[in-house]
Amino acid sequence: MPEATEVKPATTGNRAKEAADSGWTYRTRQWVDRVLAMDHLLPHRQPYYVGSWVYVFGVITIAALVWVVVSGVVLSFMGPQWWHVSSLGRFFNSLHFWSVQLFFIFMVLHLWGQYFMAGWREGRAATWMIGVVIFGSSILTAFTGYLSQQNFDSQFIAINAKDAMNGAGIGAFFNVLNFGQMFGLHVMLRPIVVTFLVVVHIVMVRARGVVKPIDREGGSPS
Amino acid sequence: MDTPAQYFDWAFIHISYPNLIVIGVMLVLFAVALVAPFPHGSDRDA
Repeated sequence: MPEATEVKPATTGNRAKEAADSGWTYRTRQWVDRVLAMDHLLPHRQPYYVGSWVYVFGVITIAALVWVVVSGVVLSFMGPQWWHVSSLGRFFNSLHFWSVQLFFIFMVLHLWGQYFMAGWREGRAATWMIGVVIFGSSILTAFTGYLSQQNFDSQFIAINAKDAMNGAGIGAFFNVLNFGQMFGLHVMLRPIVVTFLVVVHIVMVRARGVVKPIDREGGSPS
Repeated sequence: MDTPAQYFDWAFIHISYPNLIVIGVMLVLFAVALVAPFPHGSDRDA
């Protein structure tokens, strides 16, 4: 008859440790450590193929977004009369407009580059798709911005867009003639969506690293 | 700013000159990015 193995009873300290290790905070921390490791988020050395103008285009897009938000905060604080009449207001109005132009120009250049690099390879499809959603969201944000100018241009755009919105069946919910709704969407909801998606996009790029170049045979490198 | 933009017309293409110029500049920038060497590219890990 085999000897019975003596099982040591778990101490109170062990049980407390096991309970702590199975908690959601511990599991979440383990997941964050695994997926968002700090040496990936803030690397001090990068592979040679990160040295590409395509990523410079992406960084310029982020810089332009910062200027868009900063100038937008000033504009929303001071109001339409200020940005139409005073010289400083017109300067900030122009700053907002031209930083939006740069944002779109360099976002599209970054998109072209990523398309021809097939930036969605090796598990980066979600990063690519979030970039596409950022592009679409930015168009909607810019559209509500054009409707918030408070000048004849915004009236012209609103009147013409009204038919399109009605034709699409969303005119009752998204009323482009309603300045309050368009301004509210433009200064509150849309910037939060675009900024949040840009942050997620950057974190995903950092977590996985940028895609390797396509090799000369045309296949994906191992 | 108060005058409407001039338009470029060619067959079915109808586009304002400001938009045409922006698209042209973007294409030039993209072409330059393909051929321009990236500074300090050799300092990075292989």
